Amino acid sequence: MSQPEDCRPHPFVTEEGDAVFDEAWQAQVLAMAESLISSSQISANDWSATLGAELRNADAAGAPDNSETYYKAALSALERLLLSDDHLTTTEITERKEGWEKAYLSTPHGQPVELKN
Amino acid sequence: MATFDTKNIAEVHQALHSHLPSDSALRVKALESLLVEKGLVNSETIDAWVEAYSEEIGPKRGAQIIAKAWTDPAFKQRLLDNATSAIKELDYHGHATAHLKTVENSTTVHNLVVCTLCSCYPFSVLGVAPNWYKTAAYRSRAVREPRSVLAEFGVTLADEVKVHVWDSTAELRYLVLPERPSGTEGWNEEQLADLVTRNSMIGTDRDLSPSKGTS
Repeated sequence: MSQPEDCRPHPFVTEEGDAVFDEAWQAQVLAMAESLISSSQISANDWSATLGAELRNADAAGAPDNSETYYKAALSALERLLLSDDHLTTTEITERKEGWEKAYLSTPHGQPVELKN
Repeated sequence: MATFDTKNIAEVHQALHSHLPSDSALRVKALESLLVEKGLVNSETIDAWVEAYSEEIGPKRGAQIIAKAWTDPAFKQRLLDNATSAIKELDYHGHATAHLKTVENSTTVHNLVVCTLCSCYPFSVLGVAPNWYKTAAYRSRAVREPRSVLAEFGVTLADEVKVHVWDSTAELRYLVLPERPSGTEGWNEEQLADLVTRNSMIGTDRDLSPSKGTS
């Protein structure tokens, strides 16, 4: 799996030694959602309903009942909410993701990865 | 020569991809950078949240609240009357985005918390929800067959003990106040907090007696 690309805390473990997050992006999804709720950019009810719908979709599609599925559902829910609230467009997300992918592929290993315009 | 070149290209390609983040990680990078650019989130806030919930905010907070309730009857009453307001007295940093209700266990009542819709959880006092709390299996079975679920967590209840299942929402979350175990008379808050497990505050653990596991 991917390595954390920056200095965010790792490993993510609780006092009992269980993993809180398996990967940095999982924590970042929840952090973005909570930040957007705190600043009233999205509503807590919409977040809960959309996440619930994504979890049901994943379950219906036969996805394994584990944390990977949960966090992928959370990411899809966040994207869906940001699109439906007109904060972002599909094109913006697609192009930005491609931009990051190119940035990673063109950056020598060990160098900081920066998005190029 | 051509074979060598092909092999070489394949190796370079593989090396480049070896540090390419996963599809999900790239989608998150895309979202975060767009949201920061639009001023909808602040990257320092995101980093601080991740650090706090990875390293600092966890069930220890909840355990301190329970221990205080066990030793301070007036605080316990305030916790039962209005948990959101009572917990503010403890001056924890971190924003709680929902109201909190405390539900008290007794010799005849056991409380169990679930979020049947998604994963609503009192994370400001218990940290990030355990993975099992988010599974479809727990979310559906906790309501349908709570005693079986409890048995799988090692909690066997006598028939006369009623089980109350509380379904969390985005606006209202629950904290179970377990019974103070016998044999802890004279213990201070710190000693008592060490007995309180995360699962006991969700309801998937019940007996917190210090002798448990030593018999």
